[in-house]
Amino acid sequence: MAGVAIKADGVNKWFGEGEARTQALKNVCLETYFGEMVYIVGPSGSGKTTLLSVLSGILRPNEGTVLCEQTSLWQLSADDLARFRLDKIGFVFQDYHLFPRLTTAENVAIPLILRRTDWDKAVEEAVKYLEIVGLKNRADIAPVKLSGGEQQRVAIARAMISQPDVLIMDEPTASLDGETGRNIVGFVKEHFLNQGRCILIVTHDSRIYEFATRILRMEDGKLTNKVDGSDEK
Amino acid sequence: MLGILKLAYKLLVNDRAKFTALLVGITFAVFLIVMMTSIFAGVLDRASATVINIGASIWVMDPAVQTVANTIGMPDYILDAVRSVRGVKYAVPLFSGGALVKLEDGTYQSVNVIGLDDTSLFGRPPMEEGDIGSIFAENSFIIVHDSEFSKLGSPHVGTTFELNDNRGVVVGIAKVSTSSLFGVPTLYTTYYRAIQYIPNPRFTISYVLVEPKSEQDIAIIQEEVQKLGYLALTKSQFEARISAFYKYQTGVGMNLLLMTIFSFVVGLSISGQTFYTFILENLDKFGALKAKSRELVAMIMFQAAFTALTGFGLGIGFCALVITLAKARLPDYAAIVTYPNIVTALVMVIVIAGISSYIGVRKVLRIEPFDIFRG
Repeated sequence: MAGVAIKADGVNKWFGEGEARTQALKNVCLETYFGEMVYIVGPSGSGKTTLLSVLSGILRPNEGTVLCEQTSLWQLSADDLARFRLDKIGFVFQDYHLFPRLTTAENVAIPLILRRTDWDKAVEEAVKYLEIVGLKNRADIAPVKLSGGEQQRVAIARAMISQPDVLIMDEPTASLDGETGRNIVGFVKEHFLNQGRCILIVTHDSRIYEFATRILRMEDGKLTNKVDGSDEK
Repeated sequence: MLGILKLAYKLLVNDRAKFTALLVGITFAVFLIVMMTSIFAGVLDRASATVINIGASIWVMDPAVQTVANTIGMPDYILDAVRSVRGVKYAVPLFSGGALVKLEDGTYQSVNVIGLDDTSLFGRPPMEEGDIGSIFAENSFIIVHDSEFSKLGSPHVGTTFELNDNRGVVVGIAKVSTSSLFGVPTLYTTYYRAIQYIPNPRFTISYVLVEPKSEQDIAIIQEEVQKLGYLALTKSQFEARISAFYKYQTGVGMNLLLMTIFSFVVGLSISGQTFYTFILENLDKFGALKAKSRELVAMIMFQAAFTALTGFGLGIGFCALVITLAKARLPDYAAIVTYPNIVTALVMVIVIAGISSYIGVRKVLRIEPFDIFRG
């Protein structure tokens, strides 16, 4: 097995205080490895998105530690954490969140621009990633003119342009039909999964389970069992 | 950082409808603010026209005088008393009063007559046509070529008229830096001719114009004049007194201040609301960006500052254009754009940008990438 990408130990997360307190994560322990495509599945409200947010350094847990590539995320300052996320983690959101007033290439170039890369070079690099996701000919048009599947591919290109070690995808197929969803995830696995990268996907969509190397089930804030992809299938 | 600012710029400018609305709001506000304050500055400038054009260092007057036009005659001994004050280089009388001119075509026109000291002609205007020495000839008057000039039928050297039933002859045309506020032409003549032609009460000296020997003597002169029961003001103090009168005792200042505040509120409302909508529409994207960057505040502030300064420039330009066109068509148009006007508008625009960006920044600071994950 390759090195540990993310390690969570004794993670607890709750919202609210007193009687209103809701425990979203209960003593979660988890290790993911480079070269893996790990799914986190489970019913709505089980804590999948909360776990994803904690693992990616977006949501601070109340208890426990999260190591990403041996770096303890929650010991970093806010600036260092933002920089770490920019350099090491790619995000693909359920609703893409592409800027409608920028071109497709400019949307993809955003992570490089945030890294202070020269604008023209960043856009040039973005076109290369659009070529990888098969949308080079759509580089200069607004993302609103793209189909849902195409927009998701643009979002993937945006997440990958900074060559992150960890790719976080939140319900990547929720807005897509079954075939497009399978194509997208299959495409990600084929082009972006390698021994130096770990892909973490939160999903409800059993139609894409076939691509997982490991599937983790969450229920009521706990990782109740850990099964590999073949079990789920 | 340039790339991030370019990103902010593109996000703003590419949303053409909102960017246009923002620019229109701020440009309109700046236009109104600058127009209001420029009109007021023009009124104040013209209200002090005689003070500016005569150019004396110190003006001695009755303490009840509030504006240069509302003179109160002083007895002749005041002139001698002022001349005897230590520190006075020289002092001369000045007459300023209204009269009625009957033109050659039989029509009447109100005028303001300024009587210059017969000996020195201190305060004489620069001549455009004719010779200042001709003012000593019989019935001589010099007419000021200002925005009111045409009301005397655009006279030339040699034109005759009647002034309070006395014959008058134009012997020269003068130019001045500032036209008067009250819409009447100005005639220069000698002090003694002025008090002969124009009916007066017992005291005839409107002002005593004083030149001090040095800057240090001004305070001494003011103190000594005060002992005589009169008031000695420097040129700038007299202008400030006239300004204060129009600002605080006529209602003009308060009305223009209110209009300026309304303009500010209109600009703030339009730009604040539009900018807030712009932020709201992009809030999810900003939230997603926040996962990667902590420079969103700089981006939003840049957007607000860029819009504000562009609107400010357009507003100033539009205002200057309107004033230029108005002055070309309307000789009496008084507005002047001064640096304080521009600074006032800039400060107000910065406040508008500050409040607008604060609203946006507050919203963006509250959104967390986790909220975006949760949808």
